[in-house]
Amino acid sequence: VNTSTAGRFVGQSVKRLEDPRLLTGRGRYVDDVMQPGTLHCAFLRSDVARGRIARLDVAAARELEGVFAVLTAADLNPHAGTMQPTLLLTIAGAPLRPLADGDVRFVGEPIVLVVADDRYVAEDALELVDIEIDAEHAVIVPDDALRADAPLVHPELTSNLGLEMAFPVPPELQALLDGGAPNIVRRTFRQHRHTNVPMETRGIVADYDPASGELHTWMSTQNPHEAKQAIARIAGIPAHRVRVQAQDVGGGFGQKFFTQREELTVALAARRLGRTLKWIEDRRENLIASNHARADVGECAFAIDDDGRLLGTYLDHLEDAGAFPVGATGGAGPLVGLLFTGPYKSPLAAFRTRAAWTNTCARGAYRGPWMFETVAREQMVDAAAREIGMDPLEWRRRNVIGRDDLPYTLPTGMTLEHVSPAETLEQAAALVDYDGFRAEQQRALAEGRLLGIGLGLYVEPSTGMMDPMGTETAVVRVNPNGQVTVALGTCSHGQGIETTMAQVVAEELGIDLDDVRIVQGDSAVTAFGRGTGGSGTAVIAGNACRDACAIVRAKAVHIAAHLMEASPDDLEIVDARISVRGTPTRAVAWHEVARIAHLETARLPEGAAVGLEGTATFKAPPFSWSNACHACTVEVDRATGQVEILRYVVSEDCGVMINPMIVEGQIAGGVVQGIGGTLYEHFVYDDDGNPLTTTFMDYLVPTTTEVPVIEYGHVETPSATPGGHKGMGEGGAIGSPPAVFNAVADALALVGATIDRTPLTPDTLLAALDAFDAAPA
Amino acid sequence: MLPVEMTVNGRRQRALLDARKTLADFLREDCELTGTHLGCEHGVCGACTVLLDGDAVRSCLLFAVQADGANVTTVEGIGGPDGALSPVQDAFRQEHGLQCGFCTPGFVVSVTALLRENPKPSEDEIREALSGNLCRCTGYQGIVRAVEKAAGS
Repeated sequence: VNTSTAGRFVGQSVKRLEDPRLLTGRGRYVDDVMQPGTLHCAFLRSDVARGRIARLDVAAARELEGVFAVLTAADLNPHAGTMQPTLLLTIAGAPLRPLADGDVRFVGEPIVLVVADDRYVAEDALELVDIEIDAEHAVIVPDDALRADAPLVHPELTSNLGLEMAFPVPPELQALLDGGAPNIVRRTFRQHRHTNVPMETRGIVADYDPASGELHTWMSTQNPHEAKQAIARIAGIPAHRVRVQAQDVGGGFGQKFFTQREELTVALAARRLGRTLKWIEDRRENLIASNHARADVGECAFAIDDDGRLLGTYLDHLEDAGAFPVGATGGAGPLVGLLFTGPYKSPLAAFRTRAAWTNTCARGAYRGPWMFETVAREQMVDAAAREIGMDPLEWRRRNVIGRDDLPYTLPTGMTLEHVSPAETLEQAAALVDYDGFRAEQQRALAEGRLLGIGLGLYVEPSTGMMDPMGTETAVVRVNPNGQVTVALGTCSHGQGIETTMAQVVAEELGIDLDDVRIVQGDSAVTAFGRGTGGSGTAVIAGNACRDACAIVRAKAVHIAAHLMEASPDDLEIVDARISVRGTPTRAVAWHEVARIAHLETARLPEGAAVGLEGTATFKAPPFSWSNACHACTVEVDRATGQVEILRYVVSEDCGVMINPMIVEGQIAGGVVQGIGGTLYEHFVYDDDGNPLTTTFMDYLVPTTTEVPVIEYGHVETPSATPGGHKGMGEGGAIGSPPAVFNAVADALALVGATIDRTPLTPDTLLAALDAFDAAPA
Repeated sequence: MLPVEMTVNGRRQRALLDARKTLADFLREDCELTGTHLGCEHGVCGACTVLLDGDAVRSCLLFAVQADGANVTTVEGIGGPDGALSPVQDAFRQEHGLQCGFCTPGFVVSVTALLRENPKPSEDEIREALSGNLCRCTGYQGIVRAVEKAAGS
């Protein structure tokens, strides 16, 4: 269902302009950058989760032929500026450091940086480092970290509590939860640790020229301007002498939004050594030491009336921040709490959120960093509906925010508008044939088979709550031949921004798509911007393009009006011709206006500036809300505990779509990450903090054989921003985990079995089924 | 150092190499064919897949010296020299079978090999054949469609 009125380009599934180079091996990722004189880096990493470095001798490593330098904390740390990201410069966080100094705080923490002629020799040198670490008791899970007698992850701090925020319980809610409500449902849900896994690992080439004092870097990054600022700070180089470039980036999903410890350390080392250094992370490093995510626990309570209507909610949320969380404070707990009631009407809500340091890999952003609110809420909805004897779809219908309820202010204070949760709920239910499936489920049960259906309904906030997350600048330049180059601070890592933003510009200027080229991923040729992440590009960069095009269009029309002796108000731009509305024969070609603006300036109107260019900065409202409903059906094999996904449906409202093909591609990628995260992917530590899933043989990313065909429905409720777009890049990964969980829980409920944590491995499900079988009747 | 000689995308390549240098590193660093990507270096992700005497192999798991005398085709050798897309490459574009593009060379090479062996694979055969290539962006939706399209064209 698509009610959109598509434009010439906006709204069309235009084939991607970046594809030909990527399909033919002509993409340029960071490891493809080969500068003359490059030296190669490798890190020696801790194999102990917490301990003192008793001995560290790098003499033998330094003597190996082909080794240029072996750097320890003593060599680098005293020269390092702050390592906090720009967003969080004023917020106290974990004490970040380039290399471990005196002690180690998680397995994988960098201790030594080797610089050598090639990576093979660098790894040889790592073998020659003489190191002894006295292991000490490590804290691996948040519950242990917050015990009064827990050892400190960071001895510089006074506790392992990294963050605590409470939204106080109003007396009316307390009364309901103390027994005043007709139904009080309580559950605790645990989401397990998993990670982003971009197919391209992290990497940097840092080229420092001591003569000019300039540092030129190529990185795998989502955010060149943030990288530039962060590198300038750590390396002590004025920011205008730092340039960060990235042409093609092999995925990020949040991991490459902030500049992490290793890239900062290599940039600092390049500055100290005055050389060109390359560091390309290997997969083991990426799995154990880049960032992890999703390790959350939520104790939930719903107060519900006799008709199944929500009266109030409480969430006590605890997240595992790891040792050195990316983004300093560890995750997005406050948003988890603020958004817990999501797309449902609830008069009252309160929460507490805490983050605990542990001796594990950093927590970092992963596609919807606050998405535990949806996991906890949607799993809670099904549990609550089941407990009061109501179908989960019916429960949602009674509680969902409808069109007539808008704008709707959440009990925590944020206001939802331009959303359609009720419509997407109904569309998803219809597409998946909810009622038909219920009948099929009963027939299958009669044959002894366990089928289940699950829904995941959510609202997704995007754009910038904090500077500089909400702002992007577009520079639209028309060359003397009429073709257009657009410079954006974005950095595409799969989103197809070179295509979607070209669609917006071609639409706005009335010219051909082939005549627009997007330049991004280079801090030297684009204005300061927010990068690509947080589902922000369509709204923020899209509207920056739109506003810059309006400036260009006005200039072009002003020139054309002068040339034709017409009024600017009577002119329009259609198919690269500026013509008098209603009289298409009275026209001047777009390229002719561009030529005159640059090359025949005597013909310009009096006072008109030479050239044809516009720059605009768009500042987004604090929130643009999109929403979606996922519906999933599964069969759980009672004998093996294996889950097979039968159907997967997404009904999404991201406002006006720029490119439906790309929108559906983004949804699909997110959904499959969520399926993987719920069923297969699990980053496991043993009790001492040793990682056990350090290869793709152990950390299981979904393959073609596990994923279903995904079916889509679209509802279009334009946002209040000029293009009517809304963010949607993260949503697929937000809705899918609870939809899959709820489908499995629904199947298990047929025989009275329950689950309260992920991953839903065959072992977990067999244990849940066995527990029921063993229980007395 | 060992002398190695092989044909890569139709061109004779000679080098003196450390015995431990992988075929992938030889292709990327010595032949400067950076389309072959390294996603795991332990033989699971398939991003480094190339054709070795017509068979799809993982270039991260082979030493370059093991390919001495062989005929190697990388992603750069799949399409036309003028940049024209092969039917497989074009189908990936038409069906949005790629996003970040990092795994894409491995898929293009694997699918090219698959369709030579089995020009009309069923959906199950496609999924089975590609289960050794990881993609993190697309959820495989456009990839499976692309193979079906390429097989039909």
